[in-house]
Amino acid sequence: MARPLSGARLRAAALTLPLLAFVAVTFIAPLGSMLVRSFYEPHVADALPRTLAALRAWDGSSVPSEDTFRILATELRLLDQERKLGGVATRINRLEGGMRSAIMDTARALRNAEPDSWREAFTAAYPAWGEEAAWRAVRRAGERYTMRHYLNALDLDRDPPGNIVAQSPERRIYLPLLLRTLGVSLAITVICLILGYPVAYLIANASPARSNLLLLLVLVPFWTSLLVRTTSWIVLLQNQGVVNDLLVAAGVIGNDGRLALVYNMVGTLVAMTQVLLPFMILPMYAVMRSISPTYLRAASSLGATFRQGFVRVYWPQSLPGVAAGSLLVFILSIGYYITPALVGGRTGQLISNMIAYHMQESLNWGLAAALGVILMVTVMSLYLVYNRLVGIERMRLS
Amino acid sequence: MADTGTETHVEFRGVSKTYDGRTMVVRDLDLSVRKGEFFTLLGPSGSGKTTCLMMLAGFEAPTAGEISIDGRPVQNVPPRKRGIGVVFQNYALFPHMTVRRNLAFPLEVRGVPEDQQAERIRRVLEIVRLEGFEARRPSELSGGQQQRVAIARALVFEPNLVLMDEPLGALDRRLREEMQFEIRRIQQDLGVTVVYVTHDQQEAMSMSSRVAVFHHGRVQQVAEPEVLYEEPEREFVAGFIGDNNIFRGRITSVGHGICEVETPDGIVKAFPVGECRPGQDAVLAIRPERVGLAKPGLFSNEFEARVDGILFIGDHLRLRLNLCGNSDFIVKIPNIVGHGALLTGDRVSVGWAVTDCRALPLDGLEGSPAAELGS
Repeated sequence: MARPLSGARLRAAALTLPLLAFVAVTFIAPLGSMLVRSFYEPHVADALPRTLAALRAWDGSSVPSEDTFRILATELRLLDQERKLGGVATRINRLEGGMRSAIMDTARALRNAEPDSWREAFTAAYPAWGEEAAWRAVRRAGERYTMRHYLNALDLDRDPPGNIVAQSPERRIYLPLLLRTLGVSLAITVICLILGYPVAYLIANASPARSNLLLLLVLVPFWTSLLVRTTSWIVLLQNQGVVNDLLVAAGVIGNDGRLALVYNMVGTLVAMTQVLLPFMILPMYAVMRSISPTYLRAASSLGATFRQGFVRVYWPQSLPGVAAGSLLVFILSIGYYITPALVGGRTGQLISNMIAYHMQESLNWGLAAALGVILMVTVMSLYLVYNRLVGIERMRLS
Repeated sequence: MADTGTETHVEFRGVSKTYDGRTMVVRDLDLSVRKGEFFTLLGPSGSGKTTCLMMLAGFEAPTAGEISIDGRPVQNVPPRKRGIGVVFQNYALFPHMTVRRNLAFPLEVRGVPEDQQAERIRRVLEIVRLEGFEARRPSELSGGQQQRVAIARALVFEPNLVLMDEPLGALDRRLREEMQFEIRRIQQDLGVTVVYVTHDQQEAMSMSSRVAVFHHGRVQQVAEPEVLYEEPEREFVAGFIGDNNIFRGRITSVGHGICEVETPDGIVKAFPVGECRPGQDAVLAIRPERVGLAKPGLFSNEFEARVDGILFIGDHLRLRLNLCGNSDFIVKIPNIVGHGALLTGDRVSVGWAVTDCRALPLDGLEGSPAAELGS
């Protein structure tokens, strides 16, 4: 009896294999490789193995030996011939400004030279080689496993002796951006809740015909392209846009006092709230629909006013929907990218936009990966706190 | 309907209700419920009984007519100020509150001081015999226990009128019978007026002081349970309450306490109810247990019929006959003849007394004869 059953079960489970394979190839593998990238950087270590071996013995407080200069020269020459020098130079440059030109210029200067003192030839090509900082940068860039992307992503740095210190305030970028992202997500969640709760209540308690119509209105945005919706907000909110024109026509603001409603935080808030509102309304509606109107009747038969009945009987029962909707909107908005990219301007950018920047423009994938991991850990820990407070088992999506 | 002379507690005068402006859910209803009475609204689903209850509780407004409680019209009194305890069909216990919080709710919203709340909750739990369950949530209680909490919650603020909407519908049969006794006991101990809605005639018969039978939004008869059973005044009541053999005929003569009705199998002598006149069509009703195997001279009505089926119940036999135009005429006879003494196909002679067979005139009694005949 057990054997054919388990066989059938296996066959049924086998039907999910295509999906599992798909997820493994398109999701887990890239995600894993990005995670690895955040702490594993073999590029420089593979390019300069002998230099790095020589630097291992270096005490870091004076300029390295002549031997080290000679070995680096050999390896640079080899990289130059293989046309791999640029990538290595860029990576070292991330740790110490000016190192890219130092390496490129030196390699060019040494191309056909056979000097007596490699050290002098190096400093002649680029004076910074005479300072420890340049060599420390080479050594650190050669660390195969590194925390530096995480330090960078958390606005931390190492001082010359190697202690972890905070970046100077004007150079802090990522922590303020992460905090801003959390703040914006929270604001959007609260606005969605305030706007969505009455709508969900209305839909859940309307006659079937009216409730279908209202539900349709909530769902229509879902069927419209996100790009179209976001760009329509530009049309509405821009300086010469519909909203400003109406306000000017109504005499609320003067023609020279047009409001900056888009390409800033206001644009991000407005557009993201509109985009995410259905994710708040639908889970709340699903829960509210299951709350029998008899409860409110019972409350009023027991002597409660509508307010008392609502606050003490209806609201607590609708909480699982509120919790589900809030969590959904919060998590979606924390990682939101396209809307802030289009309507956020400079001040309305979120952490995802910075990750995209490092992926696509600065090509610092290690830092992008570290930012991604930090974002993920933040969301997960918030989820755990939330679970402790609200109880995920009480949450219902439908 | 003997008037006991006690005060009227609830009165419906000319109450009608329609939701869509066309179909009348309740039609021109007059009812009065006395203080301390266990009054049941009985009827099949869709007969308007629950609507009446909801109008009394204040959740629905009558389209026409007036409802008064203690002589005061309550049109403009919202449900929360009517001071009526309501037990809902599915209890409507607040699922996120413990039993204690559920029971405290009506007291808190009424501003009863906390020390009194505890005492009242203790007392009401004693009444429904559910001490020690204060900390449970409704989901942790059985159906019967939830039922008791719902009753306790409707009583804890000490209303003198309690409405119950099919409160036993969700329980299994044994529990239902147990709760029938419990509810009756509680009602009598506290002396509150109960207006009770059910579609279960057995429940209505065993619990009620008086029963109003609803059909198509109209009250067919209001009477004590025994009277409903023994002296139905309408065809619907005769058919709805207990088993009855219903058949039709034309009245040929009416005398004092007796009339003769012509049926396909001959003249039946019956007890005339209401305005019976010769030439009228009438409905005749005779209970299966009042029909017996005939011995000469015993019954004033005697007929011979073929036995179409026999059901052996144990202490009695149910015979199915084709008699007086009713092909499903049931006769219940005590099992004193023994099994096998009667066989399908045998011809038997049955009879009944004049007073046990009621003749109900068809015309002018029903609210909508067409609808009645159609059902």
